[in-house]
Amino acid sequence: MPLDIRTYHDLTERDRSGLPEQIGAQRRRVAERLAGVHRVVGVMSGKGGVGKSYATAGLARALARRGQRVGVLDADLNGPTVARLLGAADGRLVVEADAVVPASGADGVRLVSMAQLLQAGQPLVFRGPAAETHVWREALEAAALREFLADVAWGMLDLLFVDLPPGIQRLRELADLLPAPPAVLAVTIPTPESEDAVRRALVAARDCGAPCLGVVENMTGGPFAGDAGSTLAREFGVPLLAHIPWHPGPDTWDALAARL
Amino acid sequence: MKFLCVECDQQMTFEERQLPGDGTLAAAFRCPRCGRVVAMLTNPMETQLVASLGVKIGGTTLPPEPLEMVRGMVATGRADAFVEAGPRAGVPGPAWSPEAVERLARVPGFVRGMVKKIYAEYAKDRGIGEITPAIMDRARGELGLEDM
Repeated sequence: MPLDIRTYHDLTERDRSGLPEQIGAQRRRVAERLAGVHRVVGVMSGKGGVGKSYATAGLARALARRGQRVGVLDADLNGPTVARLLGAADGRLVVEADAVVPASGADGVRLVSMAQLLQAGQPLVFRGPAAETHVWREALEAAALREFLADVAWGMLDLLFVDLPPGIQRLRELADLLPAPPAVLAVTIPTPESEDAVRRALVAARDCGAPCLGVVENMTGGPFAGDAGSTLAREFGVPLLAHIPWHPGPDTWDALAARL
Repeated sequence: MKFLCVECDQQMTFEERQLPGDGTLAAAFRCPRCGRVVAMLTNPMETQLVASLGVKIGGTTLPPEPLEMVRGMVATGRADAFVEAGPRAGVPGPAWSPEAVERLARVPGFVRGMVKKIYAEYAKDRGIGEITPAIMDRARGELGLEDM
């Protein structure tokens, strides 16, 4: 005869662990820390190597030159590059009472990146059991993202860019952690292959409620053939914000910043 | 996660958490009616998964340190990535006796960084120059730490 066992929610005695409350407190900590941030924008692409970090750095600097208070959270934990692009890869992070102070990069852009925390040339390796790392590694990366949001004194910002890695998982984690889904900026190169990958990412963004500010086509006018930027913008009903040439100057980024 | 004493149809209450070593997390629960105690033991992978959520079974006893998980769990991190501000700025860290280092090495990796920081700050605040197992015991008692 089977045992008569009640469900989890039937057991309503006070639970000292309070795990749901602990998770709730984590979410509140994120919300409180970002209370002074006017807008969070995820810079995304389904494809690697299209220049997300390059575009993030160029755009962040241009906005800062226009007088905006801008931060960059490098969420590409395994391939962090934006710190170097903003000239802040080697600085130490200052720990205050309950928060870490972001580094100040080029043009005063505030920045936190895993690149600032890792030994030179070393990959991101977590302590833990060597077997079955696929089971827990993603959860640890999500926890690192949560801490970069909740434990960094971002202060008052007009805009916080989150430089996302290729793929869509980190965007979903970001949308879960924030009080409301972030806006996204999609970066592509002209090719059909990039178009296909970015399309999938834009659908994922739409599915998680993240509004798209527009598409940026990078590396236009070089060896890559195609019109991915225009096609995607038309398909998703969003503006094509810029064609970034192979060797963009400050004017290119200034023009893009003016359109945001 | 909750535990039910099936015989009494009673929700069991959290009793104690231990980190006995070998990557095991042990959480004991007692039935408030019959007094029976059961312990849940997680394997290292499960322990890691719990740690990755940033929660503590049995509840939290200390406020979280900034970037607690990143500072404690990244094996390839720079030793000098962070610099303290405020009253502890510029105060040199305490030395660790070989016995204390050995004992610290037995703490599971996912909390080792945080545990080391707690002991170091305890020593700094009290002007203690070297952390020994005796100092660790004293800190545990005074700070109410479990199995650190």
